[in-house]
Amino acid sequence: MNESILQILESVKDPEIPVLSLVDLGVITDVDVQDKTVLVKMTPTFVGCPAMDYMKAEVEAALQKNGFHPKVEITFEKPWSSDLISEKGKAALKKYGLAPPPDGKLFTDLEILETASCPRCNSTNTELKSPFGPTLCRSLYYCHDCKEVFEQFKPL
Amino acid sequence: MNNLALKELLYKMADDQLILGHRNSEWTGFGPLLEEDIAFSSMAQDKVGQSLALYTLLQTLGESDPDTIAFTRNASRFHNCILVELPNQEYDFSLIRHFLFDTAEALRFEALTNSAYEPLAQLARKIRGELRYHTLHANTWMKQLGSATEESITRLQKSLEAAFPYALGIFETSPYEAELIDQKIFAGEAALKEKWLARIESVIHQTQLQLPDWKTLTPVYGGREGKHSEHLQPLLDEMSEVFRIDPTAEW
Repeated sequence: MNESILQILESVKDPEIPVLSLVDLGVITDVDVQDKTVLVKMTPTFVGCPAMDYMKAEVEAALQKNGFHPKVEITFEKPWSSDLISEKGKAALKKYGLAPPPDGKLFTDLEILETASCPRCNSTNTELKSPFGPTLCRSLYYCHDCKEVFEQFKPL
Repeated sequence: MNNLALKELLYKMADDQLILGHRNSEWTGFGPLLEEDIAFSSMAQDKVGQSLALYTLLQTLGESDPDTIAFTRNASRFHNCILVELPNQEYDFSLIRHFLFDTAEALRFEALTNSAYEPLAQLARKIRGELRYHTLHANTWMKQLGSATEESITRLQKSLEAAFPYALGIFETSPYEAELIDQKIFAGEAALKEKWLARIESVIHQTQLQLPDWKTLTPVYGGREGKHSEHLQPLLDEMSEVFRIDPTAEW
């Protein structure tokens, strides 16, 4: 993908996790530049993600600000999975207090949900409280060592 | 590709998701415990979002825009199965319906990942992963409450028996069944029902509940051809109340 465009898109953050750029989140699946026209393909983390229109508008605004004519298309051609979150993105999630998703290849029958490591103390002595959390992409855990509830970015 | 067959399939799937999504949202603020309140609200959001994606596919096939489709049809033009429109009743009924319906839905999308209609296959590959969380949720509670106390077991058994004839109605066949199968768009309701029964049975066997003798039950059909219970129209009236005040409003 085009480096200078990616740098612009790097400035657009997930509205619910402001430390994570859309590029690191993995929702930008394709960029094609023709002269000043930039075609961006995006895909939602979860189909029902209510932030999608907002993120699309933010991408358009960032490109326009830099003198480009954006054309943003939302597509399921390359579906999002939590493996598309970059290493940098995973580190940012952890620093923000959200357990990053484990490797999606292990995610076959959801047993993986039983073990998440606490983003505060790194303990794996944790328990899934609910596969559903404050947003569609997060689940709720309890850490038996630091005795705090934490959220995990769901593997998908 | 037969567009009528494809549209019929998309309509019934989208309507199922929209109507059950709405019923799930009725638990918001009323869940028996906070995590369940959040779970049913999250599943509502997932399902309404999935219905929007399916209605958007219908739009590419020449149907109206998703809001018009969702908010301006009367009950007789909805193709959802009757199971999803039934009132929530007590939590035990909602849990049983969630278990019976979402198991079928997860298997349906699993089958559709190989659909010859590529846009639907793409969407199915996406939604399949999301539905794993719904079935995980349902199975966890079925196993816990299905073996917990006399009251929880009795309540779930009663709801299981009440819901089962309606659950069999999920698999009411379409007039285009043969075309859908021939053109490899969808493996068909009969194949889906068989997989569903096996999956349902494997969970029920891990509890103290008894699977109803489904062969002696009469499935409740009609939903797929627009013949609904008295519960659907009031749901639609409520769901579309704000939209109807000003259908041209920008949101």
